[in-house]
Amino acid sequence: MKIVVFAEQRDGKFKKPALEAVTAARHLGAEVVALVIGSGVKEIAPVLGEYGASKVLVVEDARLARYSTTAYAKAIADVASKELPSAVFIPATSMGKDCAPRVAVKLNAGLAADCTALRLAASPMESSDVIATRPVYAGKALTDVRLTSSQKVFTLRPNVFTASSGKGTVASVEIFAVAFDDSDFACAVTEVTHASGKLDVAEADIIVTGGRGLKGPENFKMIEDLAAAVGGAVGASRAVVDAGWRPHEDQVGQTGKTVSPSLYVAVAVSGAIQHLAGMSSSKYIVAINKDKDAPIFSVADYGIVADAFEIVPALTREVKKLLGT
Amino acid sequence: MKLIVCINHVPDTTAKINIGNDAKSIDRTGVTYIINPYDEFAVEECLRWKEKHSGEVVAVSLGGDTHKETLRKALAMGADKAVLLKDDAPRDSYSVARALADFIKKQSPDAVFFGKQSIDSDDAAVGLMVAEMLGWPSASVAVKIELTGDHATATCEIEGGHETIALKLPAVFTAQKGLNEPRYPSLKGIMTSKNKPIEEESPAPPQNKSEVVAMKRPAAKNAGKIVGTDVSAVPELVRLLHEEAKVI
Ligand SMILES: Cc1cc2nc3c(=O)[nH]c(=O)nc-3n(C[C@H](O)[C@H](O)[C@H](O)COP(=O)(O)OP(=O)(O)OC[C@H]3O[C@@H](n4cnc5c(N)ncnc54)[C@H](O)[C@@H]3O)c2cc1C
Ligand SMILES: Nc1ncnc2c1ncn2[C@@H]1O[C@H](COP(=O)(O)O)[C@@H](O)[C@H]1O
Repeated sequence: MKIVVFAEQRDGKFKKPALEAVTAARHLGAEVVALVIGSGVKEIAPVLGEYGASKVLVVEDARLARYSTTAYAKAIADVASKELPSAVFIPATSMGKDCAPRVAVKLNAGLAADCTALRLAASPMESSDVIATRPVYAGKALTDVRLTSSQKVFTLRPNVFTASSGKGTVASVEIFAVAFDDSDFACAVTEVTHASGKLDVAEADIIVTGGRGLKGPENFKMIEDLAAAVGGAVGASRAVVDAGWRPHEDQVGQTGKTVSPSLYVAVAVSGAIQHLAGMSSSKYIVAINKDKDAPIFSVADYGIVADAFEIVPALTREVKKLLGT
Repeated sequence: MKLIVCINHVPDTTAKINIGNDAKSIDRTGVTYIINPYDEFAVEECLRWKEKHSGEVVAVSLGGDTHKETLRKALAMGADKAVLLKDDAPRDSYSVARALADFIKKQSPDAVFFGKQSIDSDDAAVGLMVAEMLGWPSASVAVKIELTGDHATATCEIEGGHETIALKLPAVFTAQKGLNEPRYPSLKGIMTSKNKPIEEESPAPPQNKSEVVAMKRPAAKNAGKIVGTDVSAVPELVRLLHEEAKVI
């Protein structure tokens, strides 16, 4: 069985979900062909061998320095048409979610989006069939999905699969030529802006979220301090976003971002069903709320029933003491 | 200018989801449905474009008769016309996209709007699949779109920031929260929407490329531990996170 993995990089650095996807393909016992797209990215390709790729294909073009939905989709589909893998894995990042549906259409393939578990079908007849588990209804239910097309595209939710190096295969690195024409760059990214130094909730391994119980935007300083101490991102409930205290890209929940960090700290968040939908698959959940009946405690691993204004600064101090941050 | 907005009819966000007897789909009894929240931003954006550049807004939904409620909502907000691609069969994102793309191609609009994601299937795929089927450029997860002639500049959300995408109409856009503030239908809008007809068309039969083999509930979490009720619990919480959970 062969799996082609799109190994997303930005600014010459592989995204963690790309390494997770390569590892996930290796864990299925597949021959892993990784694909890197960009400009001047050949140098970074060999590291994918450590995660399990036996071959890395590099598609390079100066125009690929920035993401282009049509050009990237073409490159991935071209590689899949040539390699004829049992499956194509794409990280379910902003970029992956944007190009995977296009790749699926180009390949006449089914798409299983935002998968959280992958396994091989039990029957030997279907030994190359990947069965994907994917959350639906914001995680209120899980489906097992099988793709019935000959080519198959899966996107993998970030932070769910672990990235780990294998036996240290040495990957062969080859340039893969794609015949681009100008129309492939019909939608081009002209500018990328990053909130300076800001870690996105979708990428963070630790998230500290503040809710309406914090009473005002100025009190998010203590949330930021705790997040900084643990090296995490700041999240927000919708109540807080609607009040204009925090930007909407920080919103966690059914109509915000779905996150599954190792640690999720919910401070003065009641735990409405729409909020739980976005974060209940986090590995560990801590709730700090002065109402012992707040629904957030029903999903929390550890809780403190007390005033956040007393607990959070003390928690920050204690964490700093432990980590020396 | 002609604008099409594709809208989906989904369980209310507060709905409790129960698994149906087939163990492959949900039990719909007692579930209330709403317009997909992201699709409201898409409808609103179309209405604003129309108000600025004049033209027509067509709302389309693929599904059973119940989808008419959601189409009515778009009409009440101000859409000129609604079309139901009537089909009760289960469809995956590919199959939905194929039917919508067939419909859109016949209409040759200047732009098509989608929500970034349906909150039932959570695929976030249909809009981009349609774009590919039509061979059109796209900007997904847009929080701002500016139009100058037939050139659009879209600001789209990515991890930790934004991307600006330049594209030429006809194009596909998928709407993210923040793109605008959807209006509430006015009383007049609600009244006139009742008289606007909802056209029906039959889409080609589904060509699904995926099948659900099982649906289940996520594993229930064990009740957690209340570490304490005042600041004296903090050292113990930090110890648990460090030694037991090993997350810090
Ligand atoms: C269509 C739709 C989509 C939605 N999508 C989302 C979504 O994506 N994400 C989301 O979060 N919500 C979403 N919601 C909103 C959701 O229903 C809740 O209204 C929201 O999550 C509440 O936010 P909150 O917990 O911050 O505020 P509240 O519910 O007001 O809770 C505040 C909490 O703070 C506690 N508190 C107060 N003071 C203190 C203190 N000093 N110390 C400790 N605790 C204190 C209170 O006990 C309370 O539990 C959606 C709603 C709808 C209708
Ligand atoms: N049955 C449908 N009818 C019309 N539009 C739909 C339908 N399903 C999905 N869409 C559109 O496609 C977007 C993305 O949906 P999805 O790929 O299902 O997450 C939605 O926000 C809608 O705009």
